Amino acid sequence: MYTQALNSSDGDDRGVEDVARTSQFQARIDADERIEPNDWMPAAYRKTLTRQISQHAHSEIVGMLPEGNWITRAPSLRRKAALLAKVQDECGHGLYLYAAAETLGTSREELVDGMLSGKAKYSSIFNYPTLTWADIGTIGWLVDGAAIMNQIPLCRCSYGPYARAMIRVCKEESFHQRQGFEIMVTLCRGTAEQKAMAQNALDRWWWPVLMMFGPPDQVSQHSDTSTKWKIKRFSNDELRQKFIDATVPQAEFLGLTIPDPGMKQNENGNWVHSPIDWDEFKQVLAGNGPCNRDRLAARRKAHDEGAWVREAAMAYAEKRKSRQLAQAAE
Amino acid sequence: MATANIEVSETPLVLYALRRADDALILGHRLSEWCGHAPAMEEDMALANMGLDLLGQARELYTYAAKVEGRGNDEDMFAYLRDVRQYRNLLLVEQPNGDFARTMVRQFFYAAFADLYWRAMMGSSDPTFAAIAAKSEKESAYHVRHSSEWIVRLGDGTEESHRRAQNAIDDLWAYTGEMFAVDDGERGLIDAGIAIDPAALKSRWLKTVTGIVNEATLALPKSDWMQRGGRVGSHSEHLGHLLSELQSLQRTFPGATW
Repeated sequence: MYTQALNSSDGDDRGVEDVARTSQFQARIDADERIEPNDWMPAAYRKTLTRQISQHAHSEIVGMLPEGNWITRAPSLRRKAALLAKVQDECGHGLYLYAAAETLGTSREELVDGMLSGKAKYSSIFNYPTLTWADIGTIGWLVDGAAIMNQIPLCRCSYGPYARAMIRVCKEESFHQRQGFEIMVTLCRGTAEQKAMAQNALDRWWWPVLMMFGPPDQVSQHSDTSTKWKIKRFSNDELRQKFIDATVPQAEFLGLTIPDPGMKQNENGNWVHSPIDWDEFKQVLAGNGPCNRDRLAARRKAHDEGAWVREAAMAYAEKRKSRQLAQAAE
Repeated sequence: MATANIEVSETPLVLYALRRADDALILGHRLSEWCGHAPAMEEDMALANMGLDLLGQARELYTYAAKVEGRGNDEDMFAYLRDVRQYRNLLLVEQPNGDFARTMVRQFFYAAFADLYWRAMMGSSDPTFAAIAAKSEKESAYHVRHSSEWIVRLGDGTEESHRRAQNAIDDLWAYTGEMFAVDDGERGLIDAGIAIDPAALKSRWLKTVTGIVNEATLALPKSDWMQRGGRVGSHSEHLGHLLSELQSLQRTFPGATW
């Protein structure tokens, strides 16, 4: 079931770095050329992208769980179909992101094992629980909204397969975002209980969503080289600011209050948020979020309980192959 | 109170549409329970796909039932505001997912029937049914292909997968007879050319099923005792739990719009 072809090292000189090649590589990046899988690239570029793309893929797959939590309880058939289709889209994103990561030489099997063992990270936002239906609206509106802010610049990322995957992902994400906002509009125009449900969801998700853009620029470890390689085109703080400025009028339209009483508009019109609790971020990243254990347990359970199915498929494929060979020999 | 169950005027045509809608909704719901938990990501995609097809069929059939009934009920009222005794689906489709083999055997038994059924219904004298059938037939053709490929892989895969697939067949077999049953109301619709006689599909269904089961090195049970009751609201214990989950928001917040 998993692609094995890329497991083996192909014995080329990819590991050998020389100054001339590195500067040629940088010149191509500076000229806005796309790097493709068979092109020479520095080992650190390969490593950075493998980490980033696979984390992104893991996030899509783990991200199926908090929303999947509401598929069987969606409040109308239209919402149920939309949510099931959305979670299915996320699985599809995961699949083509793994495929993009595989072009860098690590198999999906290895990448998934890294996630299941807890070594590889996924987006911390999915370590928060979905408690009410309003969480489904809020995730679409804010989590997908933040993801789009992060991902649109990635459509111009220097690595071709990643950039192309992102173009498709972004189209579907913006559809999800509109769906989420529409759930919020319906709740906010509904009964007092529904409106309170919407406000409560915003209260719980707002700060974790701001953390999705990553640590403040002064402390971000990966930014410098990623910027030089045109993997990253905007800083964490720039994207966070763009997101907040876009979201404030949407919250006003909904009649909801952003849970940051100290937030003020500066002279440039930007909304300046109060300090973010980076300690919470570090705790969730370290495995101590409300759902870290549940999410990993659910993925491991699916993987372990599916093992006999994958084994059966492989055993059957082997049998079929040897039968065909035997037939051909007759 | 708005949480009370709706009343349905079950004329033969309304009941006929509701029964097929309930089949599609309940089986689609069961498949959606897998989402995020399937044995492989490709299966997450495929199960969601089939679930979405079935949900789509359910919505069209409920909407048609509502139109024929003409009492102001709609698709969501049928789905969310009827209790166990008012649901009219086959017992087969409400059976729990169990392991992947059980889900696939359930899917295969149903899809092998639905594919023949919808193909025959394309000739219905009722244009709405004929149109729903044309779309549903294409979908069920894929469902049969997908599930039968899995039955063969599981049956002829490993010892464990063979055992699990055989157990699933043994446990679910008694729920297949209900697909071919007809009551007096349906008999009238069949005579009018609106519905088709499912009994006429049985030999072809059995041929498909036997062919795949044999290829999978599995066996059909010898017993021909068949369970019945779903069509008149006498369900297994499983449906109530499914409905309490499916209907929880509509029941908790009476009359709200979502």
